[in-house]
Amino acid sequence: MAKQVLSKANMIWSGLILALFLIVWVLMGAGIINSYYESTIFTICFNIILAVSLNLIVGICGQFSLGHAGFMAIGAYSAGIVTKMIPNLGGLLLGILIGFAISAIAALIVSIPTLRLRGDYLAIATLGFAEIIRICIQNMKITNGAAGLMGIPKLTTWPLLFFAVVISIVVCTNFVRSAPGRACIAINDDEIAAEAMGVNTTKYKVMAFVIGAILASLAGSLFANYFYVLNPNQFTFNKSIDILVIVVFGGMGSMSASVIAAIAIGLLNMWLQQFTDLRMIIYGAALVLMMIFRPQGILGTWELSIERFLKNRKLKKERA
Amino acid sequence: MEELLKVTGLSKHFGGLAAVSGINMEINRGELIGLIGPNGAGKTTFFNLLTGVYEPSEGLIELTVDGKKQQIGGLKPYKITSLGLARTFQNIRLFKSMTVLENVKLAMHKNAGYGVFSALLRTSKYYNAERWIEEKACEYLSEVGLYRKRNELATNLPYGEQRRLEIARALAAQPTILFLDEPAAGMNPQETDELTALIRHLRDKYNLTIVLIEHDMSLVMNLCERIFVLNYGQLIASGTPEEIQNNEFVISAYLGEEV
Ligand SMILES: Nc1ncnc2c1ncn2[C@@H]1O[C@H](COP(=O)(O)OP(=O)(O)OP(=O)(O)O)[C@@H](O)[C@H]1O
Ligand SMILES: [Mg+2]
Repeated sequence: MAKQVLSKANMIWSGLILALFLIVWVLMGAGIINSYYESTIFTICFNIILAVSLNLIVGICGQFSLGHAGFMAIGAYSAGIVTKMIPNLGGLLLGILIGFAISAIAALIVSIPTLRLRGDYLAIATLGFAEIIRICIQNMKITNGAAGLMGIPKLTTWPLLFFAVVISIVVCTNFVRSAPGRACIAINDDEIAAEAMGVNTTKYKVMAFVIGAILASLAGSLFANYFYVLNPNQFTFNKSIDILVIVVFGGMGSMSASVIAAIAIGLLNMWLQQFTDLRMIIYGAALVLMMIFRPQGILGTWELSIERFLKNRKLKKERA
Repeated sequence: MEELLKVTGLSKHFGGLAAVSGINMEINRGELIGLIGPNGAGKTTFFNLLTGVYEPSEGLIELTVDGKKQQIGGLKPYKITSLGLARTFQNIRLFKSMTVLENVKLAMHKNAGYGVFSALLRTSKYYNAERWIEEKACEYLSEVGLYRKRNELATNLPYGEQRRLEIARALAAQPTILFLDEPAAGMNPQETDELTALIRHLRDKYNLTIVLIEHDMSLVMNLCERIFVLNYGQLIASGTPEEIQNNEFVISAYLGEEV
């Protein structure tokens, strides 16, 4: 096992990731990345976690979910409430775990009845679910209703968030390249054939959905402990759509595409910040054009792979 | 001879149409069975009932699993597959976003031998199982002569090869009984001959029981030891190839005078 884990491709990946982490950390420490850029970078990181996890549900497994913001809200409020009482990393960890538990249970409740059915029932059910979550938050005492939570301790640091992003990506890619992941892709390709080949389709749809929900909750928890304030309007239908747009833009089924799209859209948002209305028009138009000319997304199902790069280089050398 | 599959009074109605009606059939272990009949006779529907795609309107389907009879009619397809049935599809249903190799690997699902946590944590169990799956999948691909095409997208293969990939994929589910729905459709005579030899070879090598639907009479008569004939959802005859070729009902309903 050690041999496979310490493969050349994995070592290069680790090196690149570590380098990226250190560069940003040093630049933040030196003040070259000011707090404005920092918040852009952090937002991009939240969106990466949200996008890869939604991609697992929508792109890999083919289940159209419109409720990702609901799971994010669960994580955000769990961590927000707990860290207000226990304002340290232990509190954050507890908040994250509570978020995991609640979102996993909620995901099971929404998905088990709806995923048995074919078609777009899940889209409608998840849409309704996210609205219910938001309305609950708006009317509960512990969440402080429509006014929201304030003064949440700022516990989400760059190392912590970066770690969470890496874990989320690793979870999603490891899942995709395994027997359960193959089962999900098969369900997306042809549900009848998948079932005939021994795949318990409901089980794997639910599995992808729950993993996706848990990661969305993680993003929510870290989000809450970065921006001090939470209110239910941060988790409307629009937020779910924002995440979906990243997944669709990048390419359904490709994790690298979701990461790249999250970064690209994050930077675009920063530059277009003054033109909020215009921004929505640009996105709307871009999405329509995309559906017409490149429905598979900018990168399609292409994945960034160092292993493939090494293989190709070796082949070229052999030929030369 | 051990009885492997027993069908009693099996019927399927679509609204007023009896696509399959009152079929009785017994299949023994190791047999090579042909199922023939005109278009729309209910052959595919019969397969769909046996493999769980449809729930029977009436009747029983009993499969012998580990020496014990078990009623499988109406079970979910994946459960039936795990009891030892596998099939190919008349209208090819390969996984279009997967390579040839991945298509076969997917079918080894029930024997993958590791769960989601091993997958996420990449334990040694994961690596060992994946290596075994890859070796096994390559073996099945070699059997059907597609090993060298293993990294191509399944849908880029020519038609005949897609049919053989369907067979490799069904084999990978490690069945005791294999159902082939028109495996020779769209193949030229040479490919059909190769397929005939392949089916016989697979039956012997993997101790399979095989039931196949086919319109190519030379293949059926050559290959099958027993033949069942369906017409308008009903079983009108059964017997050896010679008996079927000389059966008056079958000649008038399906084969025509010349055969
Ligand atoms: N899902 C369905 N709903 C309604 N009718 C159906 C359905 N499936 C099959 N039928 C009908 O049942 C009858 C038998 O169809 P089936 O596909 O089993 O025939 P077949 O013997 O396989 O024919 P072929 O040789 O053309 O493949 C046909 O009249 C068909 O139209
Ligand atoms: Mg048919």
